[in-house]
Amino acid sequence: MQKQDISVQIQNVSHSFGVEGHAKHVRALLDTTMDIHRGELLALIGPSGCGKSTLLNVIGGILSPTTGGASVNGKPVNGPMPHDIAYVFQENALFPWNTIIENIRLGMLFQGVPKADHEGRARAALKAVGLSEFADHYPGQLSGGMRQRAALARALSLDTPVVLMDEPFGALDEQTRMVLGEDLSELLSRTGKTIIFVTHSLGEAVFLADRIAVFTARPGRIKEVIPVDEPHPRKASFMTSDKFNGLRNRLFELLHDEIRKTVNLRSGSTGGF
Amino acid sequence: MAGDVRPAPPGDRSEARITRLVQISFIAALGALWWLATNVWGMSPILLPKPQNAFSELLDILGSGEFWPDLLLTLGELAGAFAISMTLGVTIGFLVSQSPTYVRVFEPLLAGVYAVPIILFLPLYVLFFGLGASSKIALGATISFFPIVLNTIAGFTSIDKLYVTAAKSMGASPTILLRHVLIPGALPIILSGLRMGFTVALLSIIGSETIASLAGLGHRIVNLAESLEIGRMFAYIVFVVVIAASLNAVVSRLEARRSLDP
Repeated sequence: MQKQDISVQIQNVSHSFGVEGHAKHVRALLDTTMDIHRGELLALIGPSGCGKSTLLNVIGGILSPTTGGASVNGKPVNGPMPHDIAYVFQENALFPWNTIIENIRLGMLFQGVPKADHEGRARAALKAVGLSEFADHYPGQLSGGMRQRAALARALSLDTPVVLMDEPFGALDEQTRMVLGEDLSELLSRTGKTIIFVTHSLGEAVFLADRIAVFTARPGRIKEVIPVDEPHPRKASFMTSDKFNGLRNRLFELLHDEIRKTVNLRSGSTGGF
Repeated sequence: MAGDVRPAPPGDRSEARITRLVQISFIAALGALWWLATNVWGMSPILLPKPQNAFSELLDILGSGEFWPDLLLTLGELAGAFAISMTLGVTIGFLVSQSPTYVRVFEPLLAGVYAVPIILFLPLYVLFFGLGASSKIALGATISFFPIVLNTIAGFTSIDKLYVTAAKSMGASPTILLRHVLIPGALPIILSGLRMGFTVALLSIIGSETIASLAGLGHRIVNLAESLEIGRMFAYIVFVVVIAASLNAVVSRLEARRSLDP
């Protein structure tokens, strides 16, 4: 694996919501430039509303930025690129009217995989996330953690070089997140995919990522990029190491000021209490 | 799909049994009251026939088969009306749901007309379509069109945008999106609209038969009332109630089977 290969390129991306001058005009993201290497796990972390999900949606082709652009594997992003990018959404986005395995097969149908391959690839993806026994359950019959695993299986079955995850574990409890995080590190270190994920959890960012991009408060810019020099798959013991805690504390300091700013902004606009 | 339903917790089963028991007792109590009023309390048979008389009339009606022409006519009108309202309601509802502007313009209009008692226009329908089946079909189709079109609009517009975004991010083409995301997502609400449409179509057809018609179950009941054959009229009412209840049960069952709980 050549580390220097560039998989995703973000160039001067800015994005605003609403019309300029209008009361609802919000500058979400300011002039962001970054290269993401092939096989890298990049975490985006920052105060809420800092534009990290916006950036993810720009890379995924779900949102076209006000200025600048992204390219994936050398191709400029002008819309969804189902063969290059798979998405895991915050709220899993599994279709509730289909069983888990039907959901995974549907993803491949959408992407245009030949029908003959669907069953085998769906079963393999389910096995990889440890959900083989739940293939014929409906999403509503599974726990939040299992649904998120199923969503991950759907993304993996699409066999794309890039996977984007928008707070994939955001809705889960601490224990479930920890176990899923370990499994994800193990799983992704084998696939060699480029992963970009948005998270609110400092621990999750340090545990999973090769590099962590820390965003400023709105309008978001990348404030600093912190490398995490630790080989994958990472063991649970990494979480209690000095290195882990050092990085986590560093992140906390960087974020603390930014989060203060957003909180002050908010209480200022509502008059405080 | 029945096998996919989660097994009911043990408490549910006995609860369902008690519910059913109360329902049956209620119907039995009504029957007992009917019997007491006519046999013991001496209510006039012109106002209310004895249940045993109504029952023997019912046996006669069923035995002679004289109900067939009226039943077939009424069911035929219902089928015609429902076929029209379903086709138009689902098609127009889908088209309207395709643009937020159309929804803003047409949804309040349709909801407004839905609130009008369209049965008031029956004289107009009779003038336009005559006293026969056509006016019943037209009226039934008009009345049942509204719940169907409104629920179809609601069904297609209430789909979570996340599902559409997810499908598009995986490369779903418009036709595949329609077949695998939009239709299954909208189906439960559309089906409940179809069930409501079916019910109001049946109501309005039998109702309009009692007001202005040449034949049909509603017509038969009014005729019997006018010739003071109260026992036979009650027998027909029971007959219609059973038919309507069975049709409703079939439609509700279809709806429950097709719409899975998410």
